Amino acid sequence: MSFASPMIQEPASVPEPAVAAKVAARHVNVHYGEKHALKDVSVDIPARAVTSFIGPSGCGKSTFLRCINRMNDTIPICRVTGEITIDGKDIYDPRLDVVLLRARVGMVFQKPNPFPKSIYENVAYGPRLHGMAKNKTELDEIVVNSLKRASLFEEVKDRLNDPGTGLSGGQQQRLCIARAIAVSPEVILMDEPCSALDPIATAKIEELIDELRSNFTIVIVTHSMQQAARVSQRTAFFHLGSLVEEGSTEQIFTNPKDKRTQDYITGRFG
Amino acid sequence: MTDTSMAPPETGLRTFDYGSDEAQARVKRRYKAEARFRLYGLLAVLFAGAFVFVLLADIVRKGMPAFFEHRVVLTLDLDASLIDPTGRREIDVLRNADYNKIVMDAWRANFPEVTQRAERRRLEALVSSGAADDLRTAILRDPALIGQKVRFPVLLSDDADLHFKGLSTRISSVPGAGALDVKVNGRQVELTGSGQPFAAILADVKSGLAQEAERVGAELARLPASQQGGNNAALDAKRAELTQRVADLRRRAGDAASAEAIDFSAMPSRIVRAEGASIRLQEIGPGSAKGFLLVAPQRELSRLDSWMVATFATPESNRKASDADISWLETLKARGLIEKAFATRFFTSGDSREPEQAGIRGALIGSALTLLVTLIVCLPLGVGAAVYLEEFAPKNRFTDILEVNINNLAAVPSIVFGLLGLAMFLNFFGLPRSAPLVGGLVLALLVLPTIIIASRAALKAVPPSIKEAALGVGASHQQAIFHHVLPLAMPGIMTGTIIGMAHALGETAPLLMIGMVAFIVDIPQAITDPGTVLPVQIYLWSDLPEVAFQAKTAGAIMVLLGFLFVMNGAAILLRRRFERRW
Ligand SMILES: Nc1ncnc2c1ncn2[C@@H]1O[C@H](COP(=O)(O)OP(=O)(O)OP(=O)(O)O)[C@@H](O)[C@H]1O
Ligand SMILES: [Mg+2]
Repeated sequence: MSFASPMIQEPASVPEPAVAAKVAARHVNVHYGEKHALKDVSVDIPARAVTSFIGPSGCGKSTFLRCINRMNDTIPICRVTGEITIDGKDIYDPRLDVVLLRARVGMVFQKPNPFPKSIYENVAYGPRLHGMAKNKTELDEIVVNSLKRASLFEEVKDRLNDPGTGLSGGQQQRLCIARAIAVSPEVILMDEPCSALDPIATAKIEELIDELRSNFTIVIVTHSMQQAARVSQRTAFFHLGSLVEEGSTEQIFTNPKDKRTQDYITGRFG
Repeated sequence: MTDTSMAPPETGLRTFDYGSDEAQARVKRRYKAEARFRLYGLLAVLFAGAFVFVLLADIVRKGMPAFFEHRVVLTLDLDASLIDPTGRREIDVLRNADYNKIVMDAWRANFPEVTQRAERRRLEALVSSGAADDLRTAILRDPALIGQKVRFPVLLSDDADLHFKGLSTRISSVPGAGALDVKVNGRQVELTGSGQPFAAILADVKSGLAQEAERVGAELARLPASQQGGNNAALDAKRAELTQRVADLRRRAGDAASAEAIDFSAMPSRIVRAEGASIRLQEIGPGSAKGFLLVAPQRELSRLDSWMVATFATPESNRKASDADISWLETLKARGLIEKAFATRFFTSGDSREPEQAGIRGALIGSALTLLVTLIVCLPLGVGAAVYLEEFAPKNRFTDILEVNINNLAAVPSIVFGLLGLAMFLNFFGLPRSAPLVGGLVLALLVLPTIIIASRAALKAVPPSIKEAALGVGASHQQAIFHHVLPLAMPGIMTGTIIGMAHALGETAPLLMIGMVAFIVDIPQAITDPGTVLPVQIYLWSDLPEVAFQAKTAGAIMVLLGFLFVMNGAAILLRRRFERRW
């Protein structure tokens, strides 16, 4: 992957880091074959806070999210240029191990996708893979703690050996969150985690996100303004592949600087 | 659509009357078309179903006899001095004893009147040569039998077996009329009675003569006319001969009182049965008849008060079982010595030139060994190739070409794989001919594309979200595939593999090329022993002239179809059971 982007534009809109940035992106461009999906995005994502990405459909929110754990590597036609660092380390450095990166940057997908295995196995898979537990007792502990952290344990403690696919949609999504946090990531990426859920399940997940904020850096993509306003401290607005505006959630929702942001959050397009 | 009125101009939309006659008619037409289509579909299904049913019913009807065999239960004298003169029960001695003599002695004892050589040979031919082997096996298993007299089921020959399966001739039996005086001279018998006891039989014979006269008359009429000036000598002679024969037959048929000699090459045989004796009538008059004693009576014959006449509809020279054969067999049946039993032999013995001894064990083991080789080669190779192509291979021209070629390979005629196997495995690598090893390798080539295609489809059916989930928690690409994608694709892969194996099980042509078509009696013990497979065995048997092999052929087909049904059933079950919808 080339880091010297031919698309580099004037670094005019590089934001000043307001807080200690966990993830920093500079001049990120993404092409899907001929299609220029993400255009010169530069943004800082602060540690131990929730950052939400909003914007109309197809504007590149998911694309950018997937750049942060290099999930785009699995798409052959996808080409990423620019620089993304986590704790100051370039994650596109060829010497960096992608697999370990993905362990450090967990991901929760739009549609709950538990493995068709038991609830226990779903959570235990990651820790076992990385040798995080020396024995069964330790593994049990990790599984139970992760489930507790994901506010799921009380509901499933009697049926840890039942298939994860047998849970309700909201429970499945919390299982996926438990699975993601079981490998002790530093950053958790969530791509519309509540879009398939009813309001009660959504409220639970939001509550959970708020709790997780104390330990993890969370990035969430959402189509719900209310959700962004409720759970996030910082918000970034994307439009047609560009990052239009980024700032504290309060500022974006009360006093947007850009007209497009204003139009979007007031529901005039999108 | 005449009554389609224009809509109010403000909306620009038209209104449409769905209740109009024309609309109604359209609906009716639609219903009709749908009903017609359903009917066609039903007819097609019924037609196909009827076809399959007829096919299966025919095979089962022809094949059922192969699963039964007839034996005669004889009391064998297992004389120690004959079997084990030394008394030390040495295996070699026991194995080489003359069991045939023991069986034949007991067999001939049933018909002491048979002394003449040719007749004795006929009698002996009714017992299978496998009977002695059966006895040997029984004694080797339990040497304690030696010195005893045991009742032992002796396998009958295929002709005898076919007779009891109703495939020799139709036999009709009627009671004889009135008492008979019997005069026995050696084996010649003269039967006389007052009141014309044979009148009915004679009338029957005469009506047969009348029919024959008609047939010859028709043949005469078909002869071409003599030509002017041509050489018609042969034709004229033939005409004269036929004219003479017709006249002769007509005269004999018309004269109800004249005696008739039976022509065994053209007329049904008639056998008088009484007191355990069977007398074949050679010359029949209204009041007396001359005959030959095929089976001796239990007591001296002088007068018969009740007797039966059996008619064997097929003339003797048109069937394999002679009048004597049938009389012997029927006599034994009347004595209650014939038993019908399930032919386990069909499943436990290898091929044989003698139909009654031939079985499918060799072919079954051969098929099993061949399929084992196929499976061992195919499954890892096929699944490995599928996983590589589907998940790891770069998408470029080369892999595209590879993919096209794999799909093409699935459509290559199987005989081509046989030729390839012949050239490669036999001629180049020098592997043994007729061996399940080579057969398995050739079939592996044949089913590999099937397995690769099925496995790729199964892998493709696993939703990418599962792989992404695994990647998301830090699994490598390979871990994601081997831990999650492959296990989920396994039922599909297994289904494809079973269908591929069923395909291989039924395959014949390529195996002919590598010499698995030989006549092999021994049951293969290893993948390098010469052997054959079930479909090839069917092919071999279907070519043999013996009638009994027809049943064996159909029986083997039944077994093969049974295996195919089971395999395909397993595939369907697997699919139903593990099919997942995401
Ligand atoms: N795998 C892909 N191949 C080609 N083009 C893609 C691919 N994934 C996304 N794109 C294109 O990239 C652009 C951005 O897509 P992306 O999924 O990031 O949008 P999004 O903001 O997440 O939209 P949504 O809110 O609908 O999820 C879209 O125009 C899309 O068509
Ligand atoms: Mg998206």
